[in-house]
Amino acid sequence: MHIDKDLVAASATPLVLGILAEGESYGYAIVKRVNELSDGRMQWTDGMLYPLLHRLERNGYVRASWGTSEAGRRRKHYAITEAGLEALAERQKQWDVVADALRQVWQAASHPPFPGPATAGGIA
Amino acid sequence: MSEAARGDVLEEQIDQWRGFVRRRRAISASDVEEMEDHLREQIADLGANGLDDEEAFLVAVRRMGNLDAVSREFAREHSHRLWKQLVLVPEADDGAGGLTRWRELGVLLAFAVGAGLAVKLLFTSVDDEIAQIRNLAFTVLPFLAGWFAWKRGVTWRVCAALAVVAAVPALAVNLYPFETTPGPYPAPGMTAVLAITHAPVVLGLLVGVLHTGGNWRSHDRRMDFVRFVGELAMYLALITLGSMILVGLTFGVLALVDVDLEPFFEDWLLPFGVPGALLVAAWLVEAKKSVVENIAPVLTRVFTPLAVLMLLADLVALVVNGPLTTVDRELLILMDAVLVLVLFLLLYSISARDPLAPPNVFDWLQLALVGAALAVDAVALTAMLTRIAEFGFTANKTAALGLNLVLLVHLAWSAWLMAGFVRGRRPFAAVERWQTTYLPFYAAWAGLVVLVFPPVFGFA
Repeated sequence: MHIDKDLVAASATPLVLGILAEGESYGYAIVKRVNELSDGRMQWTDGMLYPLLHRLERNGYVRASWGTSEAGRRRKHYAITEAGLEALAERQKQWDVVADALRQVWQAASHPPFPGPATAGGIA
Repeated sequence: MSEAARGDVLEEQIDQWRGFVRRRRAISASDVEEMEDHLREQIADLGANGLDDEEAFLVAVRRMGNLDAVSREFAREHSHRLWKQLVLVPEADDGAGGLTRWRELGVLLAFAVGAGLAVKLLFTSVDDEIAQIRNLAFTVLPFLAGWFAWKRGVTWRVCAALAVVAAVPALAVNLYPFETTPGPYPAPGMTAVLAITHAPVVLGLLVGVLHTGGNWRSHDRRMDFVRFVGELAMYLALITLGSMILVGLTFGVLALVDVDLEPFFEDWLLPFGVPGALLVAAWLVEAKKSVVENIAPVLTRVFTPLAVLMLLADLVALVVNGPLTTVDRELLILMDAVLVLVLFLLLYSISARDPLAPPNVFDWLQLALVGAALAVDAVALTAMLTRIAEFGFTANKTAALGLNLVLLVHLAWSAWLMAGFVRGRRPFAAVERWQTTYLPFYAAWAGLVVLVFPPVFGFA
């Protein structure tokens, strides 16, 4: 299934913040976690993750530090900050509203009202 | 294929990818490192799932996304990176780099203060104004040279040899029995003025030897020195402009409370400020070498077409209104100035040109520029030679004519090489190499004017 890129972009920030709320992580592990959570149905353009992480770092939502990988390469780790947690909570509320509205509209769509004059009675 | 050979192929591919990414200005070195780690992890995971290295590499790169789009995204986040930033004393990751840079700044300031003290000493110990002027370059430039010697770690032996060579013109301008012009206000004679003006050129090119770190035979290092001089001139001009504004404002504000800045300005600010500006400008050029687009080559791009128009107008005017009747020193000096201008335009665009790029319109334009300059010079010279033959040679005329010939040879051969290049018969490197090959001739010519002209023309 292909997911619209606007939707991917919109959900990227809360997803990354949410994953980092689970614990410190780094770029590739975040992408892997997204794949896991979406059963591989959300395909990110991996390179785009880094500018996003840097933006979050600049806004103070995450803190970056250089460490080393098991293979001995330099690796940049990201951890969520207090401000990041607050931002995540705020995003969560926004998405809840959106998801709730969507759920209602899906339900309405799955029980379509009768065509014709009968609709005068209202929805569902 | 063996396991090791496969690994090599993969490493090579990753190297190539890294090279591509690095070329993006918006993506910094540490970003590349971060993305490379990602790429390697991805390849390892894909490999564990049964893909071979090449497939894994291709899939991983594909997943990384279109490099243009990613780089655009980086640029959006780090727009400042597109404006190259000048970090004079960078905070190094390990702390050591920063310390070195602070030390460098400290040493530079010490040299700048030293130059200021030397100038102050010169002005207080020597009363004769002419003696002050003729020794100024010999007082200031050794400090610039000393700073280069320190920075490049030049050996004592090279420094000593250069000091000996530099001492020759210094002794000549001070010890030659120059005559002064007769009259109530004695002024230095022709040969003295020539020696005083040409000695700094010799000295400046000797400083160039230290700029190359003693490796003055290297054409690349010589070209670096040429670039350095161009940028130095730009920085000095800007620093001078800034200083003038600052001093002007200070004068104005202090005048409000009737404090006269003039004595302090003349006694302290000028002797310390001017050599200081020179050294600081030199330091800035060294520090920002790789940071900012060089400004001198940018200016040559702007002025080359304009200079071609100017020279063509001159040529038409000379031919239509000729023959030249007032042939004197002024005309010769004017022609020298025209050739020097053209030479700088040529030199600085060559200094910033990618030698591998194919000939383009700008190269033709430059050829036209040199051609026009040579034509203007030829018209002026033919008129001049007949007149000089009539009235004989003076030191000034000979010096101006000699410089004209030195420049003429430089430009004519450059034009010949450029013509070969634009027609695809010669590599651009030949043009570039000629510029740096010819540089020592200027030192030789200036040395000749300083050392040989005075005795030949009887110190008049």
